[in-house]
Amino acid sequence: MITEKKSIFRPFTALKYLFRKPHTFRFPFEQKPTAERCRGLHVNDRESCTGCGNCADICPNQAITMVEQPDVQAQPGKKNELPQVDYGRCCFCGLCVDICPPGSLSMAKDFIHIAPSPESFLAYVPDTEASGNEDFVPAAEYSIMKASLAHRLADNAGFTSEMDYSLVDFERVPMKTAPAEETRSSFVEIVKGFSEEEARREASRCLECGLCEDACPANMGISDYIRAIWKGDDAAAVRVFYEKNPLPSICGRICTHKCEEACGIGRRGQPVAIRWLKRFAADRVPAEALKQVLGAGPAQPRQKKVAIVGAGPAGLSCAYYLAVAGHPSTILEALPKPGGTMRYGIPEYRLPYRALDKDISYIQSVGVEIRCNTRVGVNITLDELHRDFDALFLATGFHVGRSTKVEGTDHDRVFQAIELLGDITEGKEVTVGKKIVVIGGGDVAMDIARSMARLQMKSYANVDITCCCLESEDIMPATREEIDEAREEGIAICTSRGPDRIEIDSGEIKGLHTVECTRVFDEQGRFNPKFNREDRRFFECDMVIEAIGQAPDLSYISKHLDEKLEKDGRRIKISEHFQSSVPWLFVGGDLIEGPDVVHAVANGYTAAKGIASFLENNS
Amino acid sequence: MEVVTHTSNEEQTGPARELELYFGPQHVGMVGNFGIILTVEGDTVVRARSNPGYLHRGFEKLMECRTYIQNFPLVCRLNVMDPDPKEMIYAMAVEDLAGLAVPPRAHYIRTIVLEMSRIASHLFWLWGFGNMLGFDTIAQWAMGDREYFLDSFEMLCGGRVYHTYIWPGGVRRDLPEGFAEKLHHALGNLERMLPDYDDVFFNNRIFADRTRGIASFTRGQAVSMGLTGTNLRATGAKIDVRRDEPYAAYADLDFEIPTMDDGDSYSRAVVIRLEMAQSIAIIRQALERMPDGPAWAKTPNPFKWLVPPGETYVKIESARGEAGMYLVSDGSDKPRRAFVRGPSYPTAILTLEKLLEGTSLSDVGHIMLSLNIAAPEVDR
Repeated sequence: MITEKKSIFRPFTALKYLFRKPHTFRFPFEQKPTAERCRGLHVNDRESCTGCGNCADICPNQAITMVEQPDVQAQPGKKNELPQVDYGRCCFCGLCVDICPPGSLSMAKDFIHIAPSPESFLAYVPDTEASGNEDFVPAAEYSIMKASLAHRLADNAGFTSEMDYSLVDFERVPMKTAPAEETRSSFVEIVKGFSEEEARREASRCLECGLCEDACPANMGISDYIRAIWKGDDAAAVRVFYEKNPLPSICGRICTHKCEEACGIGRRGQPVAIRWLKRFAADRVPAEALKQVLGAGPAQPRQKKVAIVGAGPAGLSCAYYLAVAGHPSTILEALPKPGGTMRYGIPEYRLPYRALDKDISYIQSVGVEIRCNTRVGVNITLDELHRDFDALFLATGFHVGRSTKVEGTDHDRVFQAIELLGDITEGKEVTVGKKIVVIGGGDVAMDIARSMARLQMKSYANVDITCCCLESEDIMPATREEIDEAREEGIAICTSRGPDRIEIDSGEIKGLHTVECTRVFDEQGRFNPKFNREDRRFFECDMVIEAIGQAPDLSYISKHLDEKLEKDGRRIKISEHFQSSVPWLFVGGDLIEGPDVVHAVANGYTAAKGIASFLENNS
Repeated sequence: MEVVTHTSNEEQTGPARELELYFGPQHVGMVGNFGIILTVEGDTVVRARSNPGYLHRGFEKLMECRTYIQNFPLVCRLNVMDPDPKEMIYAMAVEDLAGLAVPPRAHYIRTIVLEMSRIASHLFWLWGFGNMLGFDTIAQWAMGDREYFLDSFEMLCGGRVYHTYIWPGGVRRDLPEGFAEKLHHALGNLERMLPDYDDVFFNNRIFADRTRGIASFTRGQAVSMGLTGTNLRATGAKIDVRRDEPYAAYADLDFEIPTMDDGDSYSRAVVIRLEMAQSIAIIRQALERMPDGPAWAKTPNPFKWLVPPGETYVKIESARGEAGMYLVSDGSDKPRRAFVRGPSYPTAILTLEKLLEGTSLSDVGHIMLSLNIAAPEVDR
């Protein structure tokens, strides 16, 4: 209490403290541990660090620089860079910890850093003499001397990343889908796409580290277009798409999204929905406006002509970039409509034809001629093409279904998935079985199973389809969502089953005998399945569909040309610009790499560059 | 220069007898990086001119070049002794502009942190003030008891001095396990020590004789010079932002606003002493009524956070008085303009110069301390 009665004798009450030993006397040697959340020196877990550089971007003092590591191999989702902290600049605020998407960066409870060399304040990058090597020592051996030599106390994490308090938004904006009742019996597109507000919100999650761009086969400017979408400039986003990919509406729907697998946010949360954002921006710019958005048309037309075999993604992409460079090209397509596997292999509920037509018609509008119903080798030969054109690009893809060749596959109620999918696209009459077995566990198997499920719903209001594949659930090649959605639609998926024989009784298919598959790949990682013939299971059915993969059909290459082509195993050997050993012949798409759309697009882009420089050198 | 308040006539004294004394940051008795140019005649200060600038770091301009989240570790550096109110005004200003709703639990945690900061700041002041008057014991005690609060801060946010804890949307981490016990221990210790503080210092006649009637001003003068906080309340004005325009959880808590009437050095010291007891009570209530739930409303991606255009002024009661921030957004990811009202600014520039005139040289240090001036707040 403060009183008005002041006295010079009052302070003498403090004499009682004379008889109490002070803290320093009572605990002379006890070390006071630092707090659990102490923000001391940085520790970076090299295993989980993606090298994304967000720590360097957010640091208010520019204390962090990303340093390339010669001994670290860059791979999708991981750069060969590590953060280096300059303790002359660091203010120990810990924003770097709170932005770290994989949570690899934390701050230790160590805070002593004394060293004779000023360069050692640049911590911690391995194996350079100038900077301190991180070296962790047990508590018993830890001392100020050790700390001064850039040793650190083992197991001493202080301020660590917490997902609830991270500056990263780990949750994706949910994607709306068409109601199940509607999609189960029709080929209506399942994914609805983002609304404008949703797209802007999703785009705002992107940290622009560029991990996705390194993983994208087409090396698209993903950070740039997501930024454009976030800013509301969809036209700018579309311009970025067309720099590397002339099929954005298609890739925005069915791309295998290597980018999302590499996304740094995906390490602990849900990656940015890069594919859906591309779809959003591509759909926002109507077909009529594309010309205006993408600016000036093709460059000065040149004389040399290019023929492209196959109007799939690789052929279309190559034709577009040749047209942009001024080289007129003609695509020869065997089927009635362009698009290749994208049209005849991918069901409409995943890729509606209007999206396909939009992208293809824009490519046609820049001066690409597409001749449909022209099968090379039948209607016209490669030699004839070589006579009329200056260069050729082969992108005929994998369009022949492989067969398991087990007993009974020659029956007329045993189908190839890829052929059936084509028939569905063309609107041909498909006789739908009441009980169907699909052999295969990849995306094509899921596509045909789900397409047949829709047709069964239409015909019988009931789904009875079994998918059996060699692989176990965890190594099934199909995309996770595809498997889950197939199950939701009533398709039974039986893993680790190999086909043994198809039972046929009086000309009718009765069912498929299967055996257990104990291993798919051998120690070297080669496809070499092993079966346990004791464990048998019989699947009753009246229709069998094989979907175990596709193969190319190169019968159109004449014998004398084939002899001139160098091979790399079974594939045609090519240069980095997809040029074969026959200079005027370029090869790309699934024939070389894939199989998926985005690899084909990337091949087409690079091949177009190669063809253009080939034509220029020959002129 | 002309002598303004010096009353003796020139024949007896004259400019020749005046001496300019630089009372700078290296000078014994100066706390903080601050300078006063004193003109003394004998022991009497004839004229005083404040000379700030030693700690000028250009924060207000720097804030225009940093994104909203990058500014957050910067603002606490506006006041070393009492950093949390600076974090608070920045957070409040951004929340106001961006329309962020702060969860109730964050309000309570913020209240606790702000009061902890007030206590730590007052104890730090007591160290300086005691030293300045030659009371070494109370100075050591105050510094020692402050340690318990710094320990609590370290447990809470990992830093002892710069806490970087209150940020836009709430606070940076929830209370750690065992924090309430640790803080109760610090509070209990201080509460036990306060009667001893009184015996040794505040009720000591030497202290009272030394400070009563020194550097006094009236309420009217205080208001006209823009003084707030303990300096204003020492003149009898019951003005406190916590009560008048409550922020955080202050509206839900019971506390008193101590005042004194004389407006002299003694009154200012006693008000600070009484505030510590109130802060203890506030923290205890807040700990007791702490609601559950999240302690942070997630803010947008820091690299893509555009704050809608607008301007705002927010104010809170810091240990030294009304701390305010004027923040303008032009819709980009960085503030267009930031202005900080540091309560020490009017005290150190206007008031100090006036008060020092005519006082004894030996009182300069303690007058400066009695006004509770923080040099970093003056310069910014």
